[in-house]
Amino acid sequence: MSAAKTERLMNLLITLLVQRHYITKDRIRELLYPDLEGDAFDRAFERDKEELRSIGVPVETGYVDKYFDDEVGYRIPPDQFALPDISLTADEAAVVAVAAKVWDHARMAEATTEALRKLTAAGISLDREALEIAQPVIGADEEAFDAFFEAATARRPVEFDYARPGREPARRHLQPWGVVRFSGRWYVVGLDTDRGEERVFRLSRVRGRPQVGEPGAYTIPAGVDLREVARRLAPAVPEVTARLLVRPGAGHALRRLASEVETGVRGPGEQRWDRLVVTRPESELTGEVLAHGPDAYVESPASLRDAVVSRLRAVVAREGAA
Amino acid sequence: MRVAGQTAKGQVARLLALVPYLHAHGMVSVDEAAAHLGVSRKQVAKDLRVLFMCGLPGGYPDDLIDVDLDALDDPDDAVIRISNADYLARPMRLSPTEATALIVALRALRDGADSEETREVVDRAMAKLERAAAEGAARDAPVEAVAEAPDPALTALSRRLGEAADRGVQVRLEYWVPARDEVSTRVVDPRGVVSHRGQAYLDAWCHSAEAPRLFRLDRVRAAEVLDTPVVTPSTGPRDLSDGLFDQADSLEAVTLRIEPDARWVAEYYPVEVVRTLPDGALEGRLAVADERWLVRLLLRLAPAVSVTEPTAYADAFTSRAHETLGLYT
Repeated sequence: MSAAKTERLMNLLITLLVQRHYITKDRIRELLYPDLEGDAFDRAFERDKEELRSIGVPVETGYVDKYFDDEVGYRIPPDQFALPDISLTADEAAVVAVAAKVWDHARMAEATTEALRKLTAAGISLDREALEIAQPVIGADEEAFDAFFEAATARRPVEFDYARPGREPARRHLQPWGVVRFSGRWYVVGLDTDRGEERVFRLSRVRGRPQVGEPGAYTIPAGVDLREVARRLAPAVPEVTARLLVRPGAGHALRRLASEVETGVRGPGEQRWDRLVVTRPESELTGEVLAHGPDAYVESPASLRDAVVSRLRAVVAREGAA
Repeated sequence: MRVAGQTAKGQVARLLALVPYLHAHGMVSVDEAAAHLGVSRKQVAKDLRVLFMCGLPGGYPDDLIDVDLDALDDPDDAVIRISNADYLARPMRLSPTEATALIVALRALRDGADSEETREVVDRAMAKLERAAAEGAARDAPVEAVAEAPDPALTALSRRLGEAADRGVQVRLEYWVPARDEVSTRVVDPRGVVSHRGQAYLDAWCHSAEAPRLFRLDRVRAAEVLDTPVVTPSTGPRDLSDGLFDQADSLEAVTLRIEPDARWVAEYYPVEVVRTLPDGALEGRLAVADERWLVRLLLRLAPAVSVTEPTAYADAFTSRAHETLGLYT
């Protein structure tokens, strides 16, 4: 980290913040970049301005003279920059402190931490006192979460590959209205511009990195209720009832899910197994069975068995190829 | 806002919280400021040294922010004093993302609250925060989420274990160890229940391991509160804000290859991403305390993640995959 760069960014911020009017680029160069000229100055200034914007500083561009729109200037309006006066009572501060622990997702957890840091900086005491409140958790494992969340925040249209089960991924175009968690999964809701209709997409089925367009490219219809759209359009998650064999003394995570257990049954190999009947979404079961390695075996359904076998084959095949 | 710690803009973001914090609190110690802002003491001192060089342009000494640097070097009198920084008296507004993250979390709290009083407190806090965010940011939050409801059995267990810690009595645990897929019984001296990233843990001295251990509550199969008093001095539950990995016995760095469609793995597990490979896969490093844990993880994600180094781990994984596949052929 370079202290000189921090210093330059801070001084640029302070200079733009104390101006009552737009300040010209020439003046900025004179004050803050006396050693740079021409393109070198332009590049340095552009980069610094964007860095400030990227941490949320509202750098505004406008015309220096109201009547002659030939010279562009810059400033940071203090009322848009600064957090308005806010005070929280002790119990309000306590719920905010608890809320900071809700997100189990790196990006959103970081955002809440940053928000709390700002509130602390405003003089609010966020010590988490003994508060009789159950701690809820919101997780988001789907890789596409960040991209769609940010796209919806900035109203950027998104182009992405979407893979329905058993089909080749297809290119889709969406104006995202928001992301919504519904029955344990994240969806993006929006206007599908290929079909001209509202649609929901499961984030776990998005393949690759979504391409985003320009910000502010559309508006979100007034009064749209994301949860309601998801409930209406999202298909229910199909569950399968599986018969699994696990070794005696092993498979505790699967045993917890079992509705029936039968001990001492025959299976692959010489040793006896315990048979479990488990009803769960198939994708969830596949991972859980795989994690147990040779301590778990799928008797049925065939689809689950095939999924487990093909994923193991892929591991073994890679070894052959290496 | 994602701000990497060791960049200039990360430092600017920290200063934009530190300066108003000092304004609001008057004279505070470096330690206190560090604790409140969730930054290390060393970093606060470093940041202040840079702040000393910042201020209004013009080049006169009075234009610079005044920081009492002597205090930083004196451990007995590490009280920070700054002046000449009135224009940074307020922290920045909450960004749309920050406001959304916080409001969605508060809504989740509201949904899970069991009393009308709590809901009323959450509503008041939300109304104030919505006003503090950028224009309309919180109201139009593009995220809707219902949190997973906390398991009432876990809540009851947490209460019982917390009471045992307060009373200073031992607990006999039946605890499932996923890395070994084994349920073991052990007697512990409970210190308290702590939480990290939404997961509740019992912090305790474990008499089987003869070491402090964290036990995830959802892996406790049974807990019996005993009458015998604890025999190790109580230190109170530890602070988990820096993560869980301080207690691992010995960690080995494993280099992983994460296929392009499984990049979320790098986000979800504590994987340090080293680089993106030409085919879009990620190379990352993961600190591993237990080979069995790693093999279970790789099997669960198979075939999306593989071990590049050390080869002993790669072999352990493929041989386990072979053995499992052998059941079906």
